[in-house]
Amino acid sequence: MTTTSPAPARRRSLASAPPSLRVILVKIALLAIVDAIAVFAASILFFQGSWLVLGILLLGTLLVNVVYLHPGLLPAKYLTPGLIFLAIFQVFVVVYSCYIAFTNYGDGHNSTKEDAVAAIVLQNTQRVEGSPAYRVTVVEGAGGLGLLATSPDGEFLVGTAEQPLEPLDPASVTQEAGRATAAEGWTSLPQQQILQRQQEVAALQVPLGDDLSEGFLRTTDAVNAFVFQSTFVYDEAAGTMTDSATGTVYTDRGNGQFESDDGQVLGTGWQILVGLDNFLYPFQNQQFGAALVSVTIWTFAFAILTVGLSFILGLFLAIALNDPRMRSRKVYRVLIILPYAFPSFLSALVWLGLLNTQFGFVNEVLFGSADIPWLTDPVLAKVSVLLVNVWLGFPYMFLICLGALQSIPEELTEAATVDGAKGWDVFRLIKLPLLLVSTAPLLISSFAFNFNNFNTIYMLTRGGPRMSGVDENVGHTDLLITLVYKTAFEAGTGRDYGLASALSILIFIIVATVSAIAFRRTKALEDLH
Amino acid sequence: MQRSSVMKIAGVGALSLTLAACAGGGTPAPAESESEAAGGGELVIWMDQNRADALADVIETFQSETGTTVEVVVKDFGAIRDDLTTQAPSGEGPDVVVGAHDWIGKLVQNGVVAPVELGDIAGDFEDVSISAMTYEGSVYGVPVSIENIALVRNTALAPEAPATWDDLVSTGQAAVESGDAEFPLLVGIDPNTSDPYHLYPLQASYGGPVFGINEDGSYNADELEIGNEGNVEFAGALAQWGADGIINLNISQDIAKEQFANGASPYTITGPWNLADFQEAGVEYAIDPIPSAGGEPATPFVGVQGFMVSAYANNPIVATQFLTDYIASEEAQTAIYETGQRAPALSSAFEAAQENPDVAGFGAVGAEGVPMPNIPEMDALWADWGTTQAQIIGGQASDPGAAWTAMAEKIQSTLDG
Repeated sequence: MTTTSPAPARRRSLASAPPSLRVILVKIALLAIVDAIAVFAASILFFQGSWLVLGILLLGTLLVNVVYLHPGLLPAKYLTPGLIFLAIFQVFVVVYSCYIAFTNYGDGHNSTKEDAVAAIVLQNTQRVEGSPAYRVTVVEGAGGLGLLATSPDGEFLVGTAEQPLEPLDPASVTQEAGRATAAEGWTSLPQQQILQRQQEVAALQVPLGDDLSEGFLRTTDAVNAFVFQSTFVYDEAAGTMTDSATGTVYTDRGNGQFESDDGQVLGTGWQILVGLDNFLYPFQNQQFGAALVSVTIWTFAFAILTVGLSFILGLFLAIALNDPRMRSRKVYRVLIILPYAFPSFLSALVWLGLLNTQFGFVNEVLFGSADIPWLTDPVLAKVSVLLVNVWLGFPYMFLICLGALQSIPEELTEAATVDGAKGWDVFRLIKLPLLLVSTAPLLISSFAFNFNNFNTIYMLTRGGPRMSGVDENVGHTDLLITLVYKTAFEAGTGRDYGLASALSILIFIIVATVSAIAFRRTKALEDLH
Repeated sequence: MQRSSVMKIAGVGALSLTLAACAGGGTPAPAESESEAAGGGELVIWMDQNRADALADVIETFQSETGTTVEVVVKDFGAIRDDLTTQAPSGEGPDVVVGAHDWIGKLVQNGVVAPVELGDIAGDFEDVSISAMTYEGSVYGVPVSIENIALVRNTALAPEAPATWDDLVSTGQAAVESGDAEFPLLVGIDPNTSDPYHLYPLQASYGGPVFGINEDGSYNADELEIGNEGNVEFAGALAQWGADGIINLNISQDIAKEQFANGASPYTITGPWNLADFQEAGVEYAIDPIPSAGGEPATPFVGVQGFMVSAYANNPIVATQFLTDYIASEEAQTAIYETGQRAPALSSAFEAAQENPDVAGFGAVGAEGVPMPNIPEMDALWADWGTTQAQIIGGQASDPGAAWTAMAEKIQSTLDG
């Protein structure tokens, strides 16, 4: 910026002029709202014991207050909201993905070890076959919560978690239609209390005998209780899970699941950090690595060809429709922009119908009912997805080219013509370089977008037709991103968020490298200017 | 985990106290008495719009009878499985969800659903619906609807139900030759990935179930049957049907529906979900069992939808009460049947629904069917199964039997890890 004398003077006056009362009031009101929300969030976090998040929240709030209450700090006042949103919606997401890439998060490794142990025990707690169904009343005694049970033959029993079920004298029991509703020495819990202590009631196990393995009474609705037996026992000290029915011991070998000595694994495991395992997967699994290489080549071809072809088409149309001699230019422009106005996955589905081998418009009408396998032949499928993608992409190129063309001053063309240049030369030597200066960054971002163009591929071919001779589910039109999707979510071994995150990071590295190199080249282009 | 709602209320309490400039310990006492007045329980249910509409009255009754507050979160049916898996462990998930029975294996593996002991009322449901909701000996929820595919016949083009598969093919081909129809049979499949679900009855007529079946009717994941002799024979038949145009890769689900509604074929294999379109188009149809192509019964997969309890439910007692006393009631089952047109799972409601010939027709076919496997291992099948079928139908696989065997070996190696 040039430093002329009035500018600093103005800046000084801005900083020193006392803000009006209205501005101060609005500022205080806005800050109060922000602080109120922050206090609300902080109190929730406090009770949940999420100390780290609480700390970050408090620090952030403090910062916001300092920035807006402190005089001066003008740049920070403008930047702070943007930076906060950047942190929440971008930085956090990226950091979280990176973290997931180092874990085994996915099907069968969904939560913590504690949760997995609880789930395994729960899954293997089953009703004893042929055992009687009891009707119960939840009661409370000196020994805590208990169940007052009425057996199918009209016997009354009571017990708690510590005190096994024992018969009661019918005289000490209040009955209602043959069901015990209260007993001497016990307080029956009213419905409201039961609802408030649901977790406790649902977790209550009243043993039938001295040993829990004989079975225990448990209720899931506070009205009916059944005899259950738990076949899996967790030994906290040893960290092992024992199947009491077969005596098999399952040990935690540090790979996020319980494993027996003969290699049997329990389905429910937990999340652990696995280091670089996910990143090394393509290198250790050779077949997948080979598929990855061929898919990478096609992905580059797809992205470059899409951008190149749609740019050429868009530029051609822009030049044609920028010519003042052309009539009804506005109508044509609207028509051309139409494909851009439809959601791309919708257009892709329409194209899927158009390209159907037997019933599609393309074969039926344009090729006289020929049976051209547009989407099922390996080469034609590639051509088809390219064509559709160019159709989807050219209106954007048309728009940016039209804008760029109109910003090139007419005088330049006139000057070149005066100097004796012919039409093509004017375009090649004057207009195109100027055009590229402003459109090149957009072309690069368009490349990055098409590199990950999941919609078009997935809606049209789902990556197919499948490559023969490769074990992995890899198709001829698969892009890296669809391959990642299939590997992580459709491989048949369950969802694997860890692997998916790691592979997306690999894709990010590729795209970032290509874009960085390309942007550096663009700088050189600007120097021409 | 009553904790979290108390925490929220406590949070509000703390906020109001703080805002009143009373720095100090925020006792959640006022908030607590509020929740007591509301009756205590608070049930969060995730379900799709269709079922939410159907159950509005039942939920109203439940609220007034038990004093429980119900919060219904409307979600896309297909999204519930993943959302439950990822959100339940945070403790902020639902108490009850609606889901498909074939999710259960995966949900159990991820530890997010809890078994529901039905006790005596288990006998009130159609057997197939209970066995579908059962995984490793425990029942995971209360079934509400049963669905399956069957043969839908255009009665104008084919007045009689086909007695045999050859009968179906010859009637179909005769209709095409006479110009009355364009296709002998319509089965909607994808050109690259086929559709093993819609072709399964034909496959079952050759080779039986894809996994071995234990004595108690559950599937045995250690016994992969997809590569057995009968199924390899089916691969040969599939290639033949592909060449003859009986099964056509270019007919997608949408095209099959549209063409049958246009009267372009005497037969289609589809489910009750397309009947509304056929009625609208004015096609006279009848629902028949699919004739056996390979000798064994051509049994479709039966899908069951039901309500399940989250393993992380904050209100497990209320959730179970809602399922066993309300969802299992004839009123709820009938309401869901009336909005969704899928046969109810409760026997008494199922019997009542038999008045509707469509439900009776599909129900009769489904009674012979087997539940779609709900074991997590089933996921390993679909991708390879579908692409191999497509290659066989399209004629790319020169030796269909070998392609099928290779696929079975591939699936086995995926299962072995």
